[in-house]
Amino acid sequence: MSAKAAPAPPIRALKGVVLTVCCALIVVPFVGIISTSLSTREQIVRSGGFVIIPDEITFAAYRALFTGGVVPRAVAVSMFITIVGTALSLASTTLLAYGLSRPHTRAHRPVLMLVVAALLFTPGIIPAYLTIDLLGLINSYWAVILPAVVSAFNVVILRAFFMEIPAELLESARIDGASDGQIFARIVLPLSKAVLSVIGLFYAVGYWNAFFSALLYLNDSAKWPIQLVLRTYVVNQQQLGVDQVGTGSLPPQEALQMAILVISIVPILLIYPFIQRHFTKGVLVGAVKG
Amino acid sequence: MGQPLSGPATAVDEPPAPPPPPQPAKVRRDRFLLWAMLPGLGLLLTFHYLPLLGNVIAFKDFQPYLGLGGSPWVGLENFRVIVEGDPLFLTALGNTLVIMLLQIGIVFTLPIALALLLDSMISERLKRVVQTILYLPHFLSWVIVISIFNELLGGSGPINTFLRQHDLGTIDIIGNAAVFKELITGQVLWKEAGWAMILFLAALSRIDPELYEASAVDGAGRLRQIWHVTLPGLRSVIVLLLILRLGDALTVGFEQIILQQQAVGIAASEVLDTYVYNNGIVQSDWGVSAAVGLVKGIVGVALVLGANRLAHAFGEAGLYRREAR
Repeated sequence: MSAKAAPAPPIRALKGVVLTVCCALIVVPFVGIISTSLSTREQIVRSGGFVIIPDEITFAAYRALFTGGVVPRAVAVSMFITIVGTALSLASTTLLAYGLSRPHTRAHRPVLMLVVAALLFTPGIIPAYLTIDLLGLINSYWAVILPAVVSAFNVVILRAFFMEIPAELLESARIDGASDGQIFARIVLPLSKAVLSVIGLFYAVGYWNAFFSALLYLNDSAKWPIQLVLRTYVVNQQQLGVDQVGTGSLPPQEALQMAILVISIVPILLIYPFIQRHFTKGVLVGAVKG
Repeated sequence: MGQPLSGPATAVDEPPAPPPPPQPAKVRRDRFLLWAMLPGLGLLLTFHYLPLLGNVIAFKDFQPYLGLGGSPWVGLENFRVIVEGDPLFLTALGNTLVIMLLQIGIVFTLPIALALLLDSMISERLKRVVQTILYLPHFLSWVIVISIFNELLGGSGPINTFLRQHDLGTIDIIGNAAVFKELITGQVLWKEAGWAMILFLAALSRIDPELYEASAVDGAGRLRQIWHVTLPGLRSVIVLLLILRLGDALTVGFEQIILQQQAVGIAASEVLDTYVYNNGIVQSDWGVSAAVGLVKGIVGVALVLGANRLAHAFGEAGLYRREAR
């Protein structure tokens, strides 16, 4: 957009400074957390509990955490919730959105109303808890998964996407003798790969980050996902003892805490590039404005 | 939303399966689509609409051993804390309103400024790098964000250690009730500003470049371009996001606050959602908590619908367009 007036040099410098500071506010903590988790006790003491660039790298904290105890179990729980939840979410959201995207489906109108109204009316904490209790799901992983499976918002986005698929395309397949199921599996799904990956990744992030539902419904600390472990040992500063990690000499608490933090962040960092790649403006703008 | 959505439905209980044959041919034809909708619809009814019905607890004196059905009706008794202004409820309401104003005043507007700033950068690659960094924290959980803040700003964190080593005194932020609201506003900014920014950036990228050219020909400088071209181009997105924000205006950082409440105490940190949780789940005062939650939900819906109507009055599309039928 060359027609935008070019700013004067001092303004440009000021902009550069502002953006650099904003980026640094996010990057520096990340670097510090990773570095501290890899640092030796002497280094951590010398740097006042937070190391930016370690002189010497040690994996002692990770070794201690992964030899046994709470962290491997919590990671396994979180992975189970994330994988099962995301699979269920993608399947039911896609099917529901597709059913709603074909304008002449029977019962299409009332179901759409229910989905849209769900955006507006969210159940409160107390009734939600009572429902889970009524269904006998307290202390079950399903209590964390099932209420999050269908996000009305994602149904609405996906439905809008499906509606943009030209009707002629589907009609011609039908004339060629394809059934509804075949049309869905062979034409609609392959055309929607990008939007489905974005929605799947969003669901996955949601399940991995699930904190409050786990706090509310999982009373048994053996069932805790990684976010609750993080709260106990990092936010609430409970000391990690030999009971919580594998045996052996205990690495410094700071390194252990930072290592748990890193373990909880790494999955997000791993999928972030995929979110970025598929996160075309189209998906986003479609979400904001129909 | 390719087709204008109609107004909000008030129906609570729709039969998930197609009703018996008024149009049997149609049902047969749509068999696949109807089965396809069933699992999602079932989950929505079970975990969204069933709890909505559960709100009747707000009108009962809930006794766990009697169950929801057996507990006696008490009319509006549970709503007395709201009407008579129970001190704890008023604290929660006051904190909620203050935090809400901070969030709409700062957390909503700063990303717009950030988007304008980034949009004025010439280099596309630089733009992409900055965006990528800035919206990463959106995907981190509150537990992670608060852990990071505690580690950095806490009493034994790097900043205070540095200050102490240089005899500069220390900054007391974490666990300090006096600055709690500022702290949580800062946390929301750190986590969400980048994300909100890209929504505005997407809208900026759709402004017709010819408008900038025309205004430049007419002699408009940078600031006048922002005022006459850029901001009007952002208007409908700003309105839309503001309406959505109003809908949960009373929802101010529930997880975020629960995680930090121990450290700063109730007086500074109790908001409506934490009141419902602490009073209901923790203290087992179910009915009263459900009543507060219900009123909060109704106010939220009223705010969305009201804001939407206002948007229509100003000629904006808002959340949904009015159906011309």
